[in-house]
Amino acid sequence: MEQRLANCVQLTVNEKQFIENALLSELRVDGRGPLEYRKLSIKFGKDDGSAEVQLGETRVMSFVSAQLVQPYKDRPNEGTLSIFTEFSPMADPSFEPGRPGESAVELGRIIDRGLRESRAIDTESLCILSAKLVWAIRIDIHILDNAGNLVDAANIAALASLLTFRRPECSLGGEDGQQVVVHPPEVREPLPLILHHLPVAVTFGFFSNENLVVLDPTYHEEAVMTGRMTATLNANGDVCAIQKPGEQGIFQHIIMHCLKLAHVKAGDITAKIKDAVEKHNNERALQKIKRRSSSVSVDVCGTTARLGGKQNQSGGGKDNSHLDQLKPKDEANFMECDATSSGQVQINKKDEGSKNFTGGPSSWDPYSECVNSDLLKAPMDSEC
Amino acid sequence: MRQIRAEIGAVSKADGSAIFEMGNTKVIAAVYGPREVQNRSQQMSDQTLVRCEYSMANFSTGDRMRKPKGGDRRSTEISLVIRQTVEACILTHLMPRSQIDIYVQVLQADGGTRSACINAATLAFADAGIPMRDLVTSCSVGYLHSTPLLDLNYVEHSAGGPDVTVGILPKLDKVTLLQMDSKLPIDILENVMQLSTEGCKAIANYIREILLENAKQLEYRRGV
Repeated sequence: MEQRLANCVQLTVNEKQFIENALLSELRVDGRGPLEYRKLSIKFGKDDGSAEVQLGETRVMSFVSAQLVQPYKDRPNEGTLSIFTEFSPMADPSFEPGRPGESAVELGRIIDRGLRESRAIDTESLCILSAKLVWAIRIDIHILDNAGNLVDAANIAALASLLTFRRPECSLGGEDGQQVVVHPPEVREPLPLILHHLPVAVTFGFFSNENLVVLDPTYHEEAVMTGRMTATLNANGDVCAIQKPGEQGIFQHIIMHCLKLAHVKAGDITAKIKDAVEKHNNERALQKIKRRSSSVSVDVCGTTARLGGKQNQSGGGKDNSHLDQLKPKDEANFMECDATSSGQVQINKKDEGSKNFTGGPSSWDPYSECVNSDLLKAPMDSEC
Repeated sequence: MRQIRAEIGAVSKADGSAIFEMGNTKVIAAVYGPREVQNRSQQMSDQTLVRCEYSMANFSTGDRMRKPKGGDRRSTEISLVIRQTVEACILTHLMPRSQIDIYVQVLQADGGTRSACINAATLAFADAGIPMRDLVTSCSVGYLHSTPLLDLNYVEHSAGGPDVTVGILPKLDKVTLLQMDSKLPIDILENVMQLSTEGCKAIANYIREILLENAKQLEYRRGV
C-alpha cells in the first residue's frame, strides 16, 4: 500500500536547500541543536494503561488491554503481546484509513521488536494455566498528530501505558483447581505488569551530506532527509533493536557514534518516563486515600473542622457513594499509603475505626457540586 | 558462512532474474523494468518508482504456512526494507517517469531469508542492466554463547540470541541496511558488525565472479 503522493506535503526546492544549509551551520529550523530532543510531556488517562505523549507537536496515544486466551502451541507457558497501530488521516492527510500502510506496519514492528525479543515484558508471569489460559496483552497505538518522529513518540507512549497498566488478579478455583476466577478490580487490587527494562527508541536522520546527523527529526526534516535509523536501547547500555531500513549508505563509525549518542539520550528519556509514571501513581494513591480520610475527618479531628471544615464536607459529599466500594480495598490501600509517606500512615490508623461511616451530615452539603482537588488535599496536610 | 550458489536468468519473461541460495535458503528474484508507470498518480518526474513485493511460498517452511488474510505484516515490512535498500544503490534519477518492479519469492526458508533476498535482488538488477552505484550484499550475524556466528540458519535463529542483518555497499564501504533484534551490549555489537561486513564482502566477491561468468557466456552466445 503506497501513500498517496498527491496528499503529501511537497516541499519546495528552496525549503529543502534552506533546511540543509542551516544544518551545515548546526542550526535547525525550529532553533534546536542537531542533537536535541523536543519537549516531551507524558499524560495519563483515567483508565489504567492509557497514556498520551506529546513530543514537540507530535501527539501519540497508547492504550493497553489484556484478555485471556489460549497460548501458542510452541510456547505454552508464556503470555502473548501484540501491537496494533492506527494511523488516522486526522494526523496527516497522506495516511489512508483502513488497513495500515507500510510505515504503520514498520512502526508497529519496530516497537514490537524492542519489547518482544529483548524480553522487556515478563511473559511467563502472564501464564495462568499452562497450555490452557494465558493473558494476551494488546497495545493499541493511535497517532493523533504527525509532526515528525512518530516512532520515538509511539514507543514512549507504549512504555508509559505498559507501566501504568494493571491487569485483574485471578486465582485458580473449582474442584480440580482448573477453573480460573478473574477478580474484578473492586474486589481485589489489580496487578501491574512486570517489566525488566525499558527499551527506548531514538531516531536519527541522515542527509545527503554524510556528516550531518540529526536527532528527533521534524516533519519537514523527514521530507528532506535521505536516510534514517532507529536504535532502541535501554538505560543499561544494551541495544535492543536497530532498524535502518536501507536508503542512504552510512559509514560504520558514524553508526557506532550514533549508538553511543542514543545511549545517553535513552537514559534521559527513561528517567523522564519513570518520573511521570511515579507522579501518576502517587496521585492515584493519593486519590484513594483522600476519599476515605477526608470524608471521615469531620468526626475524628475537631480542629480540622474549623480550618478545612468546608472542604471536608465537600469531599465527603462527593465520595459518599464510593465508600461502599472502597471498604474491601482498604487493606490494599493501607499498604499503598505506607509506601507513599509516613505522615499519611497516621491518618489511616486514625480512620480505621470509622470504616462504616456513611456520611450523614454531608447529604445536605452545598459544596458537593464543585469539588476542588486542591482543597481536598488540604485536610491531609493539616492533619499531619 | 554457508555454501552460496547463484544462478542468473531463471525467469525468462522478466527483464532480469536470479536465484540465490545460501545453504538451504533458496530465493528467486525477478525484476521488471524500467517500464511505464501503471498508476499515473504515483509517477515521479525526477526519479523512477521502485516497487517491491516479498512473499514466502507456502511450502517454504517446515510446516505448510497459511497466508494470513489481512496481509502479512512481516512481508510488508521486509518489502519496504528491500525496496529502500535497493533504492539506495540504483541510480533512480537516470530513469524518471518510469517504474521498476522487483518480486522476490522465498522457495526454501532456513534462516537469513532477508539477506538472500537482497543478494538475489542485486543479481537480478545486474541481469536487467539497470544502472547501479554498487552491488548491495547482505548477510546475517548472530551471537550465541559469547561467539559471533556468521550466517545463521533457522535452528540457530530460534535459539533466541540476537540476529543482526547487515546490508552494505562493498566498494563504497557504507552500511545501507541494519536491523537487529534481541538484546546486545554496544561493544559486542561493534564486533558483530565487523564480522558481518567481512561476510558481505565475501558474498560481493562471489557475486562479481558470477556476473563476470554470465557476461562471458553472453559474449560467447553472441559470437563475439
